[in-house]
Amino acid sequence: MKKVVTLAMGNGGIENMELIQKTIQRHLQNEHLQKAEDATALPSLTNPAFTTDSFTISPIFFPGGDIGKLAIAGSCNDLAMMGAKPKFLSLSFIIEEGFLLRDLEKIVRSMKKELSINGAAIVTGDTKVVPKGSCDGVYINVSAIGERIINSSQENITIGDKLLVSGDIARHGAAIFAGREGIELANSIESDCKSLWPIVEELIEADIEIKAMRDATRGGVAAVLNEWAMATNTTMEIEEGRFMVDEGVQGICEILGFEPFVLANEGTFMVVVDQNDAKRAQEILQKHNPHAAIVGEVSDSYPGRVTLQSEWGTKRFLDMPTGEILPRIC
Amino acid sequence: MAVELKDFYEKFRDPKTIKALSKAINQEAQKLDHPINIMEVCGGHTHTIMKYGLLQLLPKNIRFIHGPGCPVCIMPKERIDHAYILAMQEDVILCTLGDMIKVPGSRGSLQDARSKGADVRVVYSPLDVMKIAKENPTKKVIFFAIGFETTTPMTVALIENAMKQKISNILYHINHVTVPEVMRELIDSRDEHIDSYNNQIDAFLGPSHVSVITGSKIYEEFPTKYKRPVVVAGFEPVDVMEGVLMIIYQFLENRCEVEIQYKRSVNRNGNINAQKLIEKYFEKRELFKWRGLGNIPKSAWRLKDEYEHLDAEKLYELPKEEIEDHKLCICGDILRGMAKPTECQVFGTACTPQKPLGSCMVSSEGACAAYYKYGNLLQEVQ
Ligand code: SF4
Ligand code: SF4
Repeated sequence: MKKVVTLAMGNGGIENMELIQKTIQRHLQNEHLQKAEDATALPSLTNPAFTTDSFTISPIFFPGGDIGKLAIAGSCNDLAMMGAKPKFLSLSFIIEEGFLLRDLEKIVRSMKKELSINGAAIVTGDTKVVPKGSCDGVYINVSAIGERIINSSQENITIGDKLLVSGDIARHGAAIFAGREGIELANSIESDCKSLWPIVEELIEADIEIKAMRDATRGGVAAVLNEWAMATNTTMEIEEGRFMVDEGVQGICEILGFEPFVLANEGTFMVVVDQNDAKRAQEILQKHNPHAAIVGEVSDSYPGRVTLQSEWGTKRFLDMPTGEILPRIC
Repeated sequence: MAVELKDFYEKFRDPKTIKALSKAINQEAQKLDHPINIMEVCGGHTHTIMKYGLLQLLPKNIRFIHGPGCPVCIMPKERIDHAYILAMQEDVILCTLGDMIKVPGSRGSLQDARSKGADVRVVYSPLDVMKIAKENPTKKVIFFAIGFETTTPMTVALIENAMKQKISNILYHINHVTVPEVMRELIDSRDEHIDSYNNQIDAFLGPSHVSVITGSKIYEEFPTKYKRPVVVAGFEPVDVMEGVLMIIYQFLENRCEVEIQYKRSVNRNGNINAQKLIEKYFEKRELFKWRGLGNIPKSAWRLKDEYEHLDAEKLYELPKEEIEDHKLCICGDILRGMAKPTECQVFGTACTPQKPLGSCMVSSEGACAAYYKYGNLLQEVQ
């Protein structure tokens, strides 16, 4: 019989300890976790940044990643986007009774890999098991503390700044839709899920004047740009033709009637830089993804809105995505 | 050589072709002795026109009138109430397509029903309903079927397949509507009120998806009887621009006929098998109420009496009385081509996609939503 997570493993007793030690701590061990006390004492940090996020995703394993990779990369990316180097993370699992132990271990392993990319460590954690049917497989909450090296914030955005995208867009959203709906495609789409700190670090080391960064997760590029436009009362002017969308991703969008601009990314981010640094920033980004590009600039033509210029010269607004993303009717 | 998905869109969004078409339209339109008002019957076209900014490429004497062609927009409140009531029944799973779950009826939207605990599911294709029915044998799965000619065959395919596989827990609430009847209504109305814009429509841009099923023959009465040319066009920007050019040529050459721009999958007769299957299960309703347009004869399908046992409309007690729309909402005038969304008093203020008053703002293919989303401002600037 396959080994599964049982309710007893969440009881705080022996079974609980075994689950934590054998499946989780074994992979994530470090000096802080080892102490296993009620709270972890941490060294002091200059300019700390703190973030938290909960991860629920179906399917749990998707092309290009899984919920574990997503949880670590996602939380660390939130720090990276603020110019903060990820340091200490908390990890909390809510597991559905009956979840395969082997799958849990797979998830923990991908967390370990992602942690090392970020140079971060889990310093405290918790595990709960809930009766079958009360959650969808496994939920993960991660809080993360990092140390800010530069002051990246939407407050810095000014007219004339350049907008860059770090790679092709919409891959995560399309991969999840394809996985969930069982849409078979000739060439499978992989999520772009990845940790961004190494790229951000390179930008910082090259002395690029970064104004703001944001990973284009839920709501996609459209949400990021609209938030910036609204927060700064400027216009984000972008050109459609500068964005690259993978063929398979475009295919999914055509079938379901989606715009790639509103689909989620998990490793693609938008950066605002001073206009003089745009070219150099593009070169650095392109080392990691050849589709990185300068896609537009900040202006004051329609304050608070995003405009999209087509390749045939027409212009329209790119609106904030709303509600659930629903496929078109026909 | 295998046909790839991208063959269906890539060529039809080619910037060079679009620019060349724009140039040709601007040149040819100069020769016209009067402006042309083209009604794009279908919301899919409205969407393309707005999304790709095509109005910005057209001369002033070519205008679009947005038509009634979106199944979500034209659904009257009472039928959304039906869906709501059905969804709230015990042991019922209500399935429908896309945006439909956001449209408010008088009791709320299907989304609201879902938040109150109803099991409402959005399916990507009607055939997904079969899977849900198989997985939930103890429940009644009701398919709230909507759409024009395009989606009707998928609903009958579902009925046929469910029968073949002896799946007996699927019921249907049929709201399929047909395009020619509403076009006729718009020009040839018995209603004085509607008569007032009779003269505004000079030509029609016919939806290609519909004609893939029905063929282009369903539009033949419009040039012959009503002297309105029809060009059946696809949904990509190149298709729409080429369709416009074809309409201009008809006027310049004094022709008035049905032409097919979308030759890649439309012919005169359409998909005969699909048509036969539809007639096997469905017959025309005497009247069907369109939101904002009123009752239009023979403009919708219902299940034949012999399939009564599958008809949720007959099996459940559903209210019959008509419900008025919000009094500020001018969706009716918009659906009839008499007004533009920006002429509505509450457009973008009390009515937005997040808090829609009327269905034109709900459906992603609705004219109000398209104007809101893609550029009420940009439009005025050009
Ligand atoms: S459902 Fe089809 S026919 Fe109706 S508006 Fe949308 S694309 Fe056009
Ligand atoms: S803006 Fe809203 S209220 Fe006005 S016509 Fe459109 S849907 Fe109706």
